[in-house]
Amino acid sequence: MDMSCVDEVLTCADPERWQPGDSWLAGGTVLFSYGTDITQGPPRRLLDITEAGWTPTQWRCDASGEPLELEIAATCLIKDIFEFRANGPRLPAHTDRVLPGLDLFAPCCDSFVASWKIWNASTIGGNVATGLPAGPMISLLSGLDAVALLWGPRGSLRAVPVADLVVGEAQTTLEPGELIRSFHVPIAALTQPCAFRRISLTERGRTAALIIGRRLGADTLRLAITGSTRRPHIIDLGPDAAHAATCAGLQAAIDEAVAGVWHDDIHGTPQWREAMTHRLGAEILTELLDPAEPHPRFAARTTGDITMTRSTR
Amino acid sequence: MTTTEHTPPATAPGRPSATVDGRTVTVSPEPGQCLRTWLREQGATGVKKGCDGGDCGACTVIVDDEAIHSCLYPAHRIAGKSVTTIQGLGTPEDLHPVQENFLAAGGFQCGFCTAGMICTVAAMTEADKKDLPRSLKGNVCRCTGYRTIEDAVAGHRNVDPGFRGIGANTGALAGPGVVTGTVRYTMDLRPDELPAPLLHGALVHATRAHARILAIDTTRALAEPGVIAVLTHEDAPAKRFSTAQHEIVEDDPKDTRVFDDVVRYWGQRVAVVIAETQRAAERGVRLVDIEYEDLPAVFDVELADAPDAPAIHPDAGPDAGIARPGDNVLAEVHHEIGDVEAALAASAVTHEATYRTQRLSHMALETHGAIAWTDDEGRFVVRSSTQVPFLVRRALSRIFDLDPDRVRVYCERVGGGFGGKQEVLCEDVALLATMATGRPVRLELSRKEVFTATTVRHPFRMRVRAGADETGTLTALAVDVRSNTGAYGNHGPGVLFHGVGESVAVYNAPHKKVDAMVLYTNTMPSGAFRGYGLSQMIFAVESTITALADKLGIDELEMRRRNIIGPSDPMLSAHDEPEEDLLIGSYGLDQCIDLVSSALDRGRTRWAEHVAAGHGEDLGEEWNIGEGHAIAMIATAPPRGHIAHAHITLGEGGTYELRVGTAEFGNGTSTVHAQLASTLLGTTTDRITLKQSDSDVVEHDTGAFGSTGTTIAGKANDLATKDLIARLQALAAPHLGARPEEVEIAGDYACVRVPADLNARFAAVVGPAGGRRAVHLDVLLRESLAATGEAPTGSGYWGGEPRSVAFNVHGFRVAVNMCTGEVRILQSVHAADAGVVMNPHQCRGQVEGGVAQAIGAALYERIIVDEETGRPVTDILRQYKAPNFADIPRTEVHFADTHDAVGPQGAKSMSESPFNPVAPALANAIRHATGVHFTATPLTRDAIYAGLAEAGVLEQ
Repeated sequence: MDMSCVDEVLTCADPERWQPGDSWLAGGTVLFSYGTDITQGPPRRLLDITEAGWTPTQWRCDASGEPLELEIAATCLIKDIFEFRANGPRLPAHTDRVLPGLDLFAPCCDSFVASWKIWNASTIGGNVATGLPAGPMISLLSGLDAVALLWGPRGSLRAVPVADLVVGEAQTTLEPGELIRSFHVPIAALTQPCAFRRISLTERGRTAALIIGRRLGADTLRLAITGSTRRPHIIDLGPDAAHAATCAGLQAAIDEAVAGVWHDDIHGTPQWREAMTHRLGAEILTELLDPAEPHPRFAARTTGDITMTRSTR
Repeated sequence: MTTTEHTPPATAPGRPSATVDGRTVTVSPEPGQCLRTWLREQGATGVKKGCDGGDCGACTVIVDDEAIHSCLYPAHRIAGKSVTTIQGLGTPEDLHPVQENFLAAGGFQCGFCTAGMICTVAAMTEADKKDLPRSLKGNVCRCTGYRTIEDAVAGHRNVDPGFRGIGANTGALAGPGVVTGTVRYTMDLRPDELPAPLLHGALVHATRAHARILAIDTTRALAEPGVIAVLTHEDAPAKRFSTAQHEIVEDDPKDTRVFDDVVRYWGQRVAVVIAETQRAAERGVRLVDIEYEDLPAVFDVELADAPDAPAIHPDAGPDAGIARPGDNVLAEVHHEIGDVEAALAASAVTHEATYRTQRLSHMALETHGAIAWTDDEGRFVVRSSTQVPFLVRRALSRIFDLDPDRVRVYCERVGGGFGGKQEVLCEDVALLATMATGRPVRLELSRKEVFTATTVRHPFRMRVRAGADETGTLTALAVDVRSNTGAYGNHGPGVLFHGVGESVAVYNAPHKKVDAMVLYTNTMPSGAFRGYGLSQMIFAVESTITALADKLGIDELEMRRRNIIGPSDPMLSAHDEPEEDLLIGSYGLDQCIDLVSSALDRGRTRWAEHVAAGHGEDLGEEWNIGEGHAIAMIATAPPRGHIAHAHITLGEGGTYELRVGTAEFGNGTSTVHAQLASTLLGTTTDRITLKQSDSDVVEHDTGAFGSTGTTIAGKANDLATKDLIARLQALAAPHLGARPEEVEIAGDYACVRVPADLNARFAAVVGPAGGRRAVHLDVLLRESLAATGEAPTGSGYWGGEPRSVAFNVHGFRVAVNMCTGEVRILQSVHAADAGVVMNPHQCRGQVEGGVAQAIGAALYERIIVDEETGRPVTDILRQYKAPNFADIPRTEVHFADTHDAVGPQGAKSMSESPFNPVAPALANAIRHATGVHFTATPLTRDAIYAGLAEAGVLEQ
């Protein structure tokens, strides 16, 4: 909708020029869908960062050419995330890495309640900066241990894990004038086996719970709980963690992390989100760890409407 | 756009430009303007404003080969790019293949979503088209139920080629305009068609649930550049009226002012800001300062008549039409036939439960809106998105004390109604604004305003008690109902009385009792909604019948067969005697039950064979399967009079101009009108030009509600056409040497059939004559013009009585996941008794659309109001789950074979009624799958999960 509160639109990605009453404009699909900035109130000026010329995606390597991380610009479009497997930059030719983590990109894009048409305008940074529990890019990046690089006024530069950047519904730890420059996904996270589960109250509807799991080692798991909670929660399971990588361990770890603060809105009651989080978590545990005695009901069970397709690459 | 400071110059050398449908246009949008608004300002009015938040897809356009939601796209970003809108894809003369497919499939009804739907499909890959649940999830169609859209994408043809009459699947005459975005809706008027520069209005809404307005300070608003005026209760007429519109004004309470000095619900309009631009008006709204004195409020309908509850209309006099204003009781009915208590005590089985239904939004894709101005003759003209132009005119002339002749109200095509536009919700403000400023004023409601400050379906609380004997014969049926009308009483009495009518009357029971009340609360007003009270009551009654059948171990359809009224039984509910004007003009309920039953039988067999053959995946042990049914009866027209006039005039070359009052909003009645007339006239629908929904066109028309577009206006049309035929017969008879009744009108001619022997002799002399003598209609036309100065015209009038009843039966087979609460619809079957089906394609579409909307109502949709503060919570489409493609199964639609004695050419109504049996059929299916009797809608996954947990049947 029209943002009739706005007096001026500037092309600008410089935090020095930010003034109180300004909002950073990326894809615009959230700002224009509410006609206001739900994180800080109606803006007087929009600072459009999409012409900053940032490279959407690139591999960062060390001096020897070994890849360290995938850098994703905040202005990278969702369609570029969706198509990354097919069209994104390739790893340097000499590295022969299998990257299962890239399989998470497409189902996370499909987890937007909005359509693929939105992908042509929405950005990954915008989704994170909005900070909604159902933000699927928050899920994706939290699930891959991604770190956000933040630019602030007076040359401030901060690196914050995405899972810590979002702290509540439409709440982030972004300071006034701070913007997200990029996300950095460690290569290690992309190389680990991963699993994806999501459920909504309706087919392809708004995410009510989205869980991404990774196997860090033989009996070690990391789960990112999103959608059902007001902020991402990262749970480690295994011999070195507080809870074992078992169904009981998972249940205890979830309860401890979430501490009863389940998200509550029209897209699912807290009780249901809690039950679904446990259910999806158990499926991920089973899928990734293949425990010696899997619960028969979990074996090969995939709850939800969006599934991850495993790539062989 | 009319202002000086914001209007982009037509051409501006050196300024950035973009291409819009092949035209080069300077890009100079307002700051913060979205692409959709900017495109419409450039004349691309095929681009529609639906939800205005990126969820409905009506505004979809293609930017440099990529489909985008133009309501979310910053307009300044379009510089240097190329935009293709629906109007750039193709034209009526040269359709794009996707447009052609939507036309052939009849993939639209109101057509307001169609532009965006077609642009979306045009941008899809072939892989996208094979996965429509995914690739159409950003598009909402509220009318069709998506089946015809799927057909359009697949290139399937549903519409018959040509322009044939009754019984044919003739396409909408407006079809080419709909699929090319050139058909006009309310806001598509060009500013240069108006007599003076257009002003824009925006409403100020209250942020209190119940308060007296002490002061409104407009100083800051008036200082905003572009703001012309702010109108408040001090500028509004003192007269009270009802926003609800019925033939009989007294049916609704006079409790509303254009602007009031008392706020009775959070969101009530309290002022309008009028400005040179929409932007200035919206900015002005935020600068109006209001001082309130809070009053105690009541939100819970159960507490509304408690002794300590605040009266919401305490000053209403006896003429207001409110039963007991001091107790917040708007209307009530209490009636008992026989002795229910004794009958229940003596029954073999009884069932008692309390059912609840929620607030629903109509979610018509086109929001409410009106443009008002003064024409050359000094008349006020109001162009509106309305189902009832004639009643709007009457209401406006009463509110403003104007002679009705001084007001004209009309609509072009309306983008969906569903009852929501059987109200005066913005026309009065638009008229007030044009009276105050002397300039044309446009008032278009936002989606947020529709969600929070128009009307919703009445929430009902229904306690049902019923009993049966051992054989399954009903002994007693008692309902105790509370309906929540919200802060204003529009439609409150009608919805209540209708709700407890046919839902109870469809069953024979010796003892019946109705206790029903509709009460005021400090919440947004309820209003007319598809089904008009029946969808709520039928949910309760049909759930009850199934519960009784289950207790007796009788098949639920068998239980219904034993207890439904037959073709000659009286229809009894809240009165001792049946309604005098209500007849069973045709009876197909038994057929409908059999049709649904046998279709579900076939489906069950198919499913089993399918799984056995290894085709389908076994759902697994977590899923329980169940079937459920429900029936519905509805009167084919509203009670107490529903009037239609129609006129039809012969034109040149065998063409006709048909004038009716009823509006087209996707109901398909325009096609049916053309089919009705063309069938009688022996011609084709393309020869009929329809003029409609304009208070200038006919004397009066009560309007398009209560499913009357076919039954009432169609009846007037039928009579008018027959009247014209009689006139033409009389004119032709002397030419043909025949008696008038021997003359047939067919195509371009009036003719008489010649007996075979005569024909043979005639042919021997002058050659083959085709077995008839004929005179061209143009001859009759010229003769009539010469004699009377007027073309032959037939007129018809129908007063709406007597009325008949239509029947609908729905059946579902569902699977329910006993761990998650997920519901999968495995089969959906609907049987309808619509009398003679005028246009099977369209009638099927009405059924499918009603079923889809009802599935939304049963499973997902809910308008939420904060019960503590009365503040509306649901304010954007993303928070209101209107079904998408993925949510709606294909429904098998079957029609009963009946011919109605009352309706035009045997037809009955079929637009509201398919909605009514769906929710209870789903609830009954879920009950049979889970063993849990659910008593409230919507049956969301989390609600089912909670119900399973409460009943102790949740599996882990």
